[in-house]
Amino acid sequence: MKKNEVPQDGNNLVKGESNWMNYAVDQNGEYVQEISIGWEPENIALEQAWEVVNEKINEAQKKVLAGQLSPIAFYMEVNIMDIPLLANYMDKYQWQVRRHLQPDIFKQLSEETLDKYAYVFKISRTELMNVPTNKNTK
Amino acid sequence: MSIAPISFEHHQSAHCENGVISNLFRYNGLPISEPMAFGLGSGLFFTHLPFLKVNGIPGTSYRIWPGLIFKRVSKSLGIEMYSESFRNQQKAKDALDSALDKGIPVGLVTSVFYLPYLPAVFRFHFNAHNIVVYGRECDNYLVSDPVMGAVTTIHKDDLMRARYAKGVPEPNGKMYYPTHIPQNIDFKKAIIKGISKTASDMTEIPLPIFGTKAIRYLAKKLKNYPADLGDRKATLYLGNLIRMQEEIGTGGAGFRFIYAAFLQEAGKLINQEWLIEQSVALTKTGDLWRDFAFKAGRICKNRSTDGTSYKELSEILIECSYQEDKIFGELHKQIKKI
Repeated sequence: MKKNEVPQDGNNLVKGESNWMNYAVDQNGEYVQEISIGWEPENIALEQAWEVVNEKINEAQKKVLAGQLSPIAFYMEVNIMDIPLLANYMDKYQWQVRRHLQPDIFKQLSEETLDKYAYVFKISRTELMNVPTNKNTK
Repeated sequence: MSIAPISFEHHQSAHCENGVISNLFRYNGLPISEPMAFGLGSGLFFTHLPFLKVNGIPGTSYRIWPGLIFKRVSKSLGIEMYSESFRNQQKAKDALDSALDKGIPVGLVTSVFYLPYLPAVFRFHFNAHNIVVYGRECDNYLVSDPVMGAVTTIHKDDLMRARYAKGVPEPNGKMYYPTHIPQNIDFKKAIIKGISKTASDMTEIPLPIFGTKAIRYLAKKLKNYPADLGDRKATLYLGNLIRMQEEIGTGGAGFRFIYAAFLQEAGKLINQEWLIEQSVALTKTGDLWRDFAFKAGRICKNRSTDGTSYKELSEILIECSYQEDKIFGELHKQIKKI
């Protein structure tokens, strides 16, 4: 890659926040450092990854609002976690977390357990109990 | 409490582990560039692990395992390191604070997900991100994150979360810093050792999932992605390949350009013209990798099930693998002669 070919494809997703170092050759064939603000394929791949995350969040949100799953299912997706990872953060077994996804079991959880979930998700207990009804995208 | 900050020289780098090595060693009186750290640490690699899935997508890596570059550079240059993980979070914090109070900048292993200063769109659960903390002020730590343009700060609670992220791998509060750097370092010896290791990693491991063979292995699988996985999953697999190859921390083209920069620097340092020639060759291969990413990106965008485009991608990968076979084979042969 030549220095003047270092891609400068910004996009809405990275909002001008990306400034990454690249190595490229200058006109004398010497390797130099050059900043890149982004590259099209990378932007596409990133968008795609977030699309998957957002789909999962919306799916979980619908199910929580329909009373099929507990709020934990929603916040788990917001935090890009799955059951094994969440169980790991909660110091619990996966089957326990899976049970907590059931709305009826969730209602019976101790304050201590709820606080721990809230801590892991970096939200307040009130937020944990109330899943937003508007469309949620990260 | 706050202490007088250490004057820490921050240099931005393409990849976090090389960057921390380069910045920490420079602070301790051994100025080495990022490509030099990467090359001496034999960082370049290729591996495709279809059975080791992350979020249901097979793992592909363009570099060796996190932490290994550091280990290899230190060993090769005879640098003694302090390195410790902690079960107990308070102990981890105390150890960090006590090192900082002694004026020692400290390398830490963290999770990208819990570093609020990084742009939000890049924050996934990646648990092997290296940063340097070089001081503290009230409830904040002073951070030199090598992939960032400038130094920044992080709240103590955020840093603790980042140091105690769960998943694979778990940082467990790992911290490290050099304790002794020898006076006279034989760079020639270290360069020969580093190149030999990479050449052998790339061409000699008798398993199809490592080195240039793994590139062909991936090429073979990729050709059948649309038929085997269906449209949607095939593009997800492709997208992941691009991210592993191009996202922050790869310097583009899956580290090939950083390694080419190393070969050039090494060739000049020990006066070996042929190393510079191999650097030129690897730059060309890097461009081919970029061509691959570009075309893969277009496929992801169009969401096409077009089998011919996957076949074309597969052919580019095979060409990459043969070029790298040639380059690393040549490095292997020539390095023994000096």
